[in-house]
Amino acid sequence: MEALQAFFAQYGALLAQGTWDTIVMTFVSTVFAYVIGIPLGVLVVVTAPDGLKPHRAFNRVLGWIVNIGRSIPFIILLVALIPFTRFVVGTSLGVPGAIVPLVVSASPFVARMVEQSLREVDGDLIEAAQSFGASTWQIVYKVYLPEALPSLIRGAAITFITIFGYSAMAGTVGGGGLGDIAIRYGYQRYQNNVMIATIVILVVLVQLIQTAGDVSARKLDKRNR
Amino acid sequence: MIEIKHLSKTYNADDAARAHQALVDIDLTIDDGDVFGIIGESGAGKSTLVRCINLLERPTSGRVIIDGQDVTDLSGKQLLELRARIGMIFQNFSLFQQRSVLRNVTFPLELAGTSKAEREKRAHELLELVGLGDYANSYPVQLSGGQQQRVAIARALANRPSIMLCDEATSALDTMTTHQILELLRSINEELGVTIVLITHSMAVADAICNRVAVIDGGRIVEEGETSEVFAHPQAQMTRALLGIEGQVTA
Repeated sequence: MEALQAFFAQYGALLAQGTWDTIVMTFVSTVFAYVIGIPLGVLVVVTAPDGLKPHRAFNRVLGWIVNIGRSIPFIILLVALIPFTRFVVGTSLGVPGAIVPLVVSASPFVARMVEQSLREVDGDLIEAAQSFGASTWQIVYKVYLPEALPSLIRGAAITFITIFGYSAMAGTVGGGGLGDIAIRYGYQRYQNNVMIATIVILVVLVQLIQTAGDVSARKLDKRNR
Repeated sequence: MIEIKHLSKTYNADDAARAHQALVDIDLTIDDGDVFGIIGESGAGKSTLVRCINLLERPTSGRVIIDGQDVTDLSGKQLLELRARIGMIFQNFSLFQQRSVLRNVTFPLELAGTSKAEREKRAHELLELVGLGDYANSYPVQLSGGQQQRVAIARALANRPSIMLCDEATSALDTMTTHQILELLRSINEELGVTIVLITHSMAVADAICNRVAVIDGGRIVEEGETSEVFAHPQAQMTRALLGIEGQVTA
């Protein structure tokens, strides 16, 4: 018990700061990734061969861009983007320095998640909307997005947790957060207790986010009686 | 009045190997106030034909003329306006699952930019009309099939259409419910003067509600006329088969 008190007296503030940094990094990155990823995912679905406005060339190019984004391992993207990150936020270090590569990496991921959610919407509903004279844009924001909402929320929980994992890697190039602490204390200084503490915090946070996503998706889904 | 002239529809017309003629040289005239039945087996082309009326399907050749206006080549805003003037209901109801009953009915009015107060007033009237006045705040999943189709009918009427298309509207319903839905469609036809085009594979449905029918087989109209006449003196083999006169239907 005393050992635990001593541990928190020594590392409590550090871990609290790391946890906060990780949450901020992940949350801000998720928001920006969705700001970019939703329009991309919508465009992929709408311009697909069986979509509302088929456009083969545009759809292909979009697909390539998304795939390229998805195929570069995050740890490499992180380093490759350093000049770009400096250009955008003025530094490649700390929380702001981590957010840029996280957003670049997560946006194509989000685009695919959104695409998948929209494809789950029953094609009959799209046809019904067309039969009432809905425009493409009206179908997107009055049918596709609202009908896919529960699925989009589940996707957002998965995205959040994925970015959460990536954010730990950002720690390796000075990104801050729990990943940074785990590397500096756990790996470089062999302080296993700090390492274990970060793992416990990460596991608890992931569980909380997953549960929040599941519960809100279920509550919002009007298909449940 | 709906006039369909020499209408053909070929899928994959540009690829001879995959080309499929769904409709061949269809001529039909549907008068105002008709309840017009298009009868045929699945795959006969009736779904495609009804979708050519609101141009959810584009005819490969031929014309579609509605109230004297050739609509075949409409595009953009004019096409959307045409569709808004034609109500449609579906076999599986196609209600928006995440919208309440009320907001399903207001959907076509939202598209048109009608004010919230006005469209909700209209939706409540329509829900009364279809006998679901108490269900405005329910969600589709909470309703029976018959109730869902009533909501779909209210939704199709929101824009005060002069024409309503019914795509196998009772095929997913039991006999009793089918009867109730057909009665509702009949009263809509008689009291609101809405022209109804109904496609079905069921002679019983056509007999119950249609004043005129056309029988479609292999993408061609094989017989057309007053319902009573067609049923009393069927000429085409397919009509006789559908009526069960000649036993098994030849595939």
